[in-house]
Amino acid sequence: MNLEFSPEDESFRQEVRAFIAEHYPPALRGRGESVEGLSKEEILSWHRVLARKGWVAPHWPVEYGGAGWTPVQRHIWEEECARADTIPVIPFGINMVGPVIYTFGTPEQKQRFLPPTLAGDIWWCQGYSEPGAGSDLASLRTQARREGDHYIVNGQKTWTTLAQYADWGFFLVRTDPTARPQEGISFLLIDMKSPGVTVRPIITLGGEHEVNEVFLDNVRVPVENRIHEENKGWTCAKFLLAHERTGIAAVSRSKRGLEKLRAIAREERSGGRPLIEDPFFARKLTELEVDLLALEYTVLRVLASESAGRGPGPESSLLKIRGSEIQQRLTELALEAAGHYGAPYFRGFPEAGGNVPPIGPAYAHRAAPAYFNMRKTSIYGGSNEIQHNIIAKQVLGL
Amino acid sequence: MDFNFTEEQTLLREQVSRFLADRYDFETRRRVVASPEGWRPEIWQAFAGELGLLGAALPESLGGFGGGPVETMIIMEEFGKALVVEPYLGTVVIGGGLLKHSGWPQARDLAERIISGEARLAFAYAEHKARYTWRHVETTARRRGGAYVLTGHKAVVIGAPWATHLIVTARTDGDVDSPEGLSLFLVEKGARGLHATDFPTVDGLRASEIRFDGVEVPAENLIGAEGAALPLIEQVIDEATAAVCAEAVGCMRRLHEGTLDYARQRRQFGVPIASFQVLQHRMVDMFMALEQSVSMTYLATLKLGAPPQERARAVSAAKAYVGRSATFVGQNAIQIHGGMGMTDELAIGHYFKRATMIEGLFGTTDHHLSRVETLADAA
Repeated sequence: MNLEFSPEDESFRQEVRAFIAEHYPPALRGRGESVEGLSKEEILSWHRVLARKGWVAPHWPVEYGGAGWTPVQRHIWEEECARADTIPVIPFGINMVGPVIYTFGTPEQKQRFLPPTLAGDIWWCQGYSEPGAGSDLASLRTQARREGDHYIVNGQKTWTTLAQYADWGFFLVRTDPTARPQEGISFLLIDMKSPGVTVRPIITLGGEHEVNEVFLDNVRVPVENRIHEENKGWTCAKFLLAHERTGIAAVSRSKRGLEKLRAIAREERSGGRPLIEDPFFARKLTELEVDLLALEYTVLRVLASESAGRGPGPESSLLKIRGSEIQQRLTELALEAAGHYGAPYFRGFPEAGGNVPPIGPAYAHRAAPAYFNMRKTSIYGGSNEIQHNIIAKQVLGL
Repeated sequence: MDFNFTEEQTLLREQVSRFLADRYDFETRRRVVASPEGWRPEIWQAFAGELGLLGAALPESLGGFGGGPVETMIIMEEFGKALVVEPYLGTVVIGGGLLKHSGWPQARDLAERIISGEARLAFAYAEHKARYTWRHVETTARRRGGAYVLTGHKAVVIGAPWATHLIVTARTDGDVDSPEGLSLFLVEKGARGLHATDFPTVDGLRASEIRFDGVEVPAENLIGAEGAALPLIEQVIDEATAAVCAEAVGCMRRLHEGTLDYARQRRQFGVPIASFQVLQHRMVDMFMALEQSVSMTYLATLKLGAPPQERARAVSAAKAYVGRSATFVGQNAIQIHGGMGMTDELAIGHYFKRATMIEGLFGTTDHHLSRVETLADAA
């Protein structure tokens, strides 16, 4: 056993660091990792750079366009992207439906969907949750009725992230209402430009437009857009959800977030002295640092077991739980650090007189909206309560 | 020891509650917050006239009805339940409080204008580099003939866009950090050299950055003794802190009952989620935090008339407890609401946002715990 990075890993780190420094789109530099306020094309600009290099989906099998990196190298890549504050690659194609398609799809489906997904020419959204099906996803009611060589889809999805930019969506639909819930679900790929698809914004607590409702009104979907067998879609869903969880720990981003928080605490003044000199605030940062170390090394252990051929198991629920708690704690402390300047709201009340010039230090501007927005991390991807149930049942056998 | 409200106090609560249920439903509040002005002068007039709220907690010597901190507590709790934005805290609690304690010759006159609804006050005390150290003041006031000249910058002055006057803390003498040399001034909003940049806050209020570029203030607008204002500033901030504890209790009541309601009607896995033990225990934890916050708010409120150190310890203990509780209750209300809790549409998120801002108002939990310790050491 050892914790050292090999010389090969270190030179890999230098290689990817140099690549990011040279090729990260100039228009995105210095903006930070948030995609808020960026256009669809701006968000895709980094994806396209990486796709040209062959690095946009490093974890995919090489035969489908993956980079052939070891888990340690993938971790180093994440660290270097976080260090450079790059925007993320939108995960719905690369991390979610892509692996489902290459695992469960036909050769024709792979050929049709994988290359444009890699290239960034298809922006995917995830049609899972419904108003009546959140934690109890299997109870979903969007129906797909078979009519010849099409399904006719009717229903409503919600919390659909960035559907306003999506070209295609992967939807869980009910194809057999008479079967046990998990045994009547199919996995359909739907062109978001199909007649009958309506996307409606949902505004969230920080004023963002990140998520949407998607209404499906007699949408015709060719049967060849179904991945895997009819009524076997739950298998695809479970596969995808387990993969979602490892990425969701966001260790590298949180490490970078802690660095930034320390910098804020050095700049913010309390009674004229730097806030970092307040031992009570400094102690909270140290506690977070220790919790983050625990998470980081657990992620490394999970990655190592992945490289030994074992896929992400239910212990990835631990990563989701602790990862989300750390993300939330970071934004909570950043808001605390902002002090009085956590209060101003910049998203704009157009009726109230248009744009307000930034008030207070830059680190305070998004502190409150970011804190409010991060409350979602313990709710989405399977709530933390559900994740506890998964560990209890599937790891501890309780 | 008596924790009972008088008949008049119970009546006051009922009147305020009924009025707000009628005129301050959540959708109306949402519309008002999004409007250019961000508040309703007619509501303020109703507070003044119809309800007599603006004088309820002011002594008869100032033209009020003779109530005090308990009346403030009742009013602020009801305001917290309705997410009221109008500037009662700045005007009556802080402004009125200063008039009560300062012995200022013009106190009665200004108090009458407050009670009539004509005058609205905002407290310009916060400065960026001070954070919560009230004696750290860089804004200066220099004597020049029959006036003082104010120079400096006040941060995030809540309610300033709606105010007729500001109460300003400024340094007439001493180092930036000295507890001596602080003074309080009443400044008209329209004074020459006063520049305000108005903005909305994340919890539905309005505030301003205020720059004083040689603002001339008549000498008679000095409130209290020159250079000796810190004890008065601390007293008034303690009174305001106790008041926002009460407001936070009001928010927590709505957060908690909203969560119970939601959990009872939301069904997943064939049952109401309220039947899950984990969530039941969470809602119990929220209940305990709320109930003990009520207790701590009583403690703070009833100690406002005690000697300064005793008062300060009680208020800081309360704010530490209530701030932490409001954070806990707010976060868990959102969590139990699931995705719906993340929407701008539901009221629950707006209560969460106000509760969040109260945690940082007049000092965070950590700040107040330190203050309790400092006062204990000094005792």
